[in-house]
Amino acid sequence: MATMKVNQISRDDLDWQIVYNTDRCTFCGKCVAACPFKAIEAGVEKRRKVISDHFTPEPKVQFKTVPVIKQVVSEHNFCRGCGICERVCPNTAIKPERNPDSRFGIKYRSALADPYKRGGRSNLATEKRTLDKIKVGRISQMTDPSLDASRHTFDMLAPFGRILPANEMPFEIVDGKLVMNKTTPKVNWIYPIIIGDMSIGALSWRMWEAMAIATAYLNEEVGLPIRMCSGEGGVPVKLLKSKYLKYMILQIASGHFGWNRIINSMPDMQELPAGILIKIGQGAKPGDGGLLMAKKVASHISEIRGVPKADLLSPPNHQGLYSIEESVQKMFLSLNSAFKFQVPVAIKVAASATSVSVYNNLLRDPYNIVGGFFVDGLAGGTGAANEISLDHTGHPIVSKLRDCYNAAVHQGKQGQIPLWAAGGLGANWNLAADAFKMMALGANGVFTGKLMLQLAGCVGNDHGKCNACNTGLCPVGICTQNPSLVKRLDIDKTAEQIVNYFIATDNELKKMLAPIGNSSLPIGRSDCLISVDKNVADRLNIQYSC
Amino acid sequence: MCRIGAIKSKNYIHPSKALMLMRSQQKGHDNSGFAMVMQDLGGRFENYKELPILSMACTDEGVKIAEDVLHQAGFSRVMQWSPEINDQPGLKIEPMPNYVFQVLHYPKSYKYAPDREKEELLVDMRLKLRKALAETNDGYVYSFWPDVLTLKEIGDPTDIGTYFDIWDEDEDFTAKIITAQCRQNTNYDIVRYAAHPFFLQGYTALANGENTFYEKNRNFQKNLYKGYIGFESDSQCFLYTLHYIHKILKWPLQYYKHTITPLPFEDAEKREDHAILQNIRAVLSNLELNGPNTIIAVLPDGTMFNTCDAKKLRPVVIGRTADTAVISSEVTGLNEILPERDWTQDIYTNEREMVVINNNLEVERWQQ
Repeated sequence: MATMKVNQISRDDLDWQIVYNTDRCTFCGKCVAACPFKAIEAGVEKRRKVISDHFTPEPKVQFKTVPVIKQVVSEHNFCRGCGICERVCPNTAIKPERNPDSRFGIKYRSALADPYKRGGRSNLATEKRTLDKIKVGRISQMTDPSLDASRHTFDMLAPFGRILPANEMPFEIVDGKLVMNKTTPKVNWIYPIIIGDMSIGALSWRMWEAMAIATAYLNEEVGLPIRMCSGEGGVPVKLLKSKYLKYMILQIASGHFGWNRIINSMPDMQELPAGILIKIGQGAKPGDGGLLMAKKVASHISEIRGVPKADLLSPPNHQGLYSIEESVQKMFLSLNSAFKFQVPVAIKVAASATSVSVYNNLLRDPYNIVGGFFVDGLAGGTGAANEISLDHTGHPIVSKLRDCYNAAVHQGKQGQIPLWAAGGLGANWNLAADAFKMMALGANGVFTGKLMLQLAGCVGNDHGKCNACNTGLCPVGICTQNPSLVKRLDIDKTAEQIVNYFIATDNELKKMLAPIGNSSLPIGRSDCLISVDKNVADRLNIQYSC
Repeated sequence: MCRIGAIKSKNYIHPSKALMLMRSQQKGHDNSGFAMVMQDLGGRFENYKELPILSMACTDEGVKIAEDVLHQAGFSRVMQWSPEINDQPGLKIEPMPNYVFQVLHYPKSYKYAPDREKEELLVDMRLKLRKALAETNDGYVYSFWPDVLTLKEIGDPTDIGTYFDIWDEDEDFTAKIITAQCRQNTNYDIVRYAAHPFFLQGYTALANGENTFYEKNRNFQKNLYKGYIGFESDSQCFLYTLHYIHKILKWPLQYYKHTITPLPFEDAEKREDHAILQNIRAVLSNLELNGPNTIIAVLPDGTMFNTCDAKKLRPVVIGRTADTAVISSEVTGLNEILPERDWTQDIYTNEREMVVINNNLEVERWQQ
C-alpha cells in the first residue's frame, strides 16, 4: 500500500487547480514566467506507455520522462485563480479551475497559525444585491413628461461641504437684494461620484497615476468635475504643487501617512485641494486600520509616506480621539484651520449599527465644520485585510444610508452634512444605476474604488478569484510595487478607460433622470423607487411591487 | 388636470367672474369641484378689514365645536354670514350642511399685541379648529384671517355656482382679488383640503401641474413651521415654500424663483451674485421644484404673481385692461371675462421669469 501524508497539504485542498494539457503545450514557458505567485513551475513527469509496432499485437511498455507545467502545492505559493497563465498561453493549454471541494481555508490556518489575509471584497455574498432588487418604477407619463436624455440639459452637481440652515445664513437685504458680508462654510460643488480613497502603496504608482490623469482629463477636457480622494498614502509632491491639486481630496487616516509632505508643501501650493477626508473606518474591514504589507513598501512608498520598509499597520482608531465631539473639536477644527477654512473637511466611517448615532451627533456640530459624512458598506473593497474581517464584519450600505438620511429628515437637517455612500457600488458593472438609486434613497453622492481597479484590468472577483492585492504580487500591476509587474499596467490605456467609463456613466445617469422627469439630481426622491422584494421595500420605506 | 385662474381688479368684483373664467376652460379640467379664495373684501365684509374671518364648512355639531374652541380662546363673534342656498334637484354637488363665514374679535388679551403675535394666534386657532373638527369628522376650516374668505366644494362648478347662488352679481359679496380652481380631486382621492387655492397667513397659492419633488419638499417643510401640515396635495408645497421664503426668512420675492427653479450651475456662475445664488441652492435644495407646474400666488399686500417651472411644461397667460388683470391657464378664460382687452399685450410667462402684478395693476416681468 502506498504511503500518504494525511496532514500535508495536497492539490485537492487548494481553492484553484491547474488544468494543464500536455498535448497542447509547446513549453514556451510564458505561463511560468507570468505567474507572480510562483504557483506553477516547470517539471518532469514519468509516463508509461504501452505500444505495439508489429502488425500483430506485441505490446511493449515504454517509460518516458516528459516535461510538464506543474502546480505548486504549498500554503505559501498557491494558485489564486487569476488566470494570467491562461491569458499568456498561446495554445490554451493551461488554466486554473475552481475546486468546489477546497479545504484551503482550514489548511492554511492550521499550518501557519496566521489569520488568512487577502484583498478584494467580501466573498460570502449569497444572494442578489439589494440594489438589484430596486427599480426605478415611477416613470413620468402624460402629466409630468419624461425628458429627452440626449437633448435636455441636466444639472448634476453635489455639494461637498457644510450646508447651513437657511435661517442661519448671514444674508442681509440691500436695495431689495440679498447680500452676504460674512463668510459661510466652504462648499465645493462636484460631480456626484468621487473616485474613492485608494492609496499609493496599496496601489501601484502607475495605477494611482492613471486615476489622477483620468481625473484631470475628466475635469479639463470632458467637463465632468470628478474628484479623486488620495487615500492614506500621501500625494506626490509634484501633484501637491500643481494646479491639478484642486481635483484631489486629501485623506488623513489614523497612520497620518504622507502628511509631513503635504504640510511641507502647503506654502508652495498653487491651488487648494478639493477637500479633506478624515478616514475613521472602511466598510471592507470595519474596526481595522490600514494594512500595507512590507512587501509592498518599495523605496518610493517609504519616501512618500515618510516611513521605513516595514508592515505598515494604521491603528484602528485615531489616537487621542475618544468621542465624536472631540473629533469635531480636534481633527475637524485643526484641518479646517490648516487650510484657513477654505477647504471642506469630511469624515468617512464604516457603515455600522452605530452610524446613525454618529451622524446625528455630527449634525449637531455647533461649529459648522463637518463638511460631509461618507459611509462605506461591507461590500467595499480593500487592498489587504484579514479574511475574517472581509467576510464576517461590516454592515450593508443601502439600509444604513437610508437610516442616516431618515435620521436627518427627522431632525429637519437633511442636506446640512452631505451624505456620501459606497460599498460595492458598481459591482454589477453599472455604477450609474447604483448611484441613482442611492441618491434617491438620500445620498448626495457616492464614491467608488474597486470599480476603478476593475476598469484597469483587475482580474479578481467576489468569488475568491485572485484577491491577492495584499501580496505585492498583483498579476496585472495594479496593487503591486514590483517593477516588472507594475509594467504590465498601461497607464494611458487605463486612464482612457476610466475616462470612457465616466462619460458612459454620465450619459446613463441622464438616462435614469430623464424618465422620471428630473433635470437635477434625485436626492431623496425615494418615491421613484420600487422594490420587488417586500422586505427590502418595507425596510427602506419604498413601494413594494410585484 | 387642474385649470387655474386669478382676477385682480381695482374694483370690487363678484365671484361669478371667477366662475365664468373657469367654466370656459372646462375641457381642461374634470369638473370635480370649485374652490376660491377672495381677498381684499368688499360688500358686507368691507368694514371689517382688520378682523379675522373664519371660513368653514361643517355639520351642525361642527358649528358647536368651533364655537366652543373659539369661545374658550377668547374670540367673540362680530358678524356671521352664510351664503343663500339655492338647492335644486339634479345639482351635482356634495354639500356640507353649513357654510360659515364668521367675523371675530381677537381675545381681549390681544388688544395691544403686536401683529406677529396675532398672526401666530390665528394659525394656532385654525390648526386647533381643524384638529377638533377632524376628530369627529364634523367639518373643514379653510382659512382664518382678516379680509380673506375661502369656499371649497366638491361637485360640478356650474352646479356649485347655482347651489350657492353666485352666478348672479351681488354687490354685497365681492373682493378685489379672487383666485379659483375647478378640480377637487388629487391623483388619489377627492379631499376638500386638497383643493387649491391654498392659504396661509395672507399668502395664497394655486397651481396647475405636478410637484415631482413633493416627497423631498414635504419631508423638509414639515419641520419648518407648524402651519405646514396636511400635504393632501403636492401643490401645498408651493405655498409653504413661498411662505417660508417671504414671510419667515423675509427674503425679497425674487428669491422664490431662485429657490424653486435655481439657474443651472453654469449660468449661475456667470452672474455677479453667484455666491448668493449658489448658497440659496445649497441651503434650500430640498425646496427645489422640478416641474411640471405653473404657480399663481398672492402676497399679503395684494401683490399677485405667476411663475412657471424651469422647463415651462405648464402654460399660463396673463391679460389685462386698465382696471383688471387676469391670469388664466387658457386664453379662453381671458376671452370670456376680458373680451375688450388688447390681446396682443397678453403675457405668456416664460420659464425664467416671474410676472408680478402690483396693486396699481402695473405688470412687471422679472427675469431670473
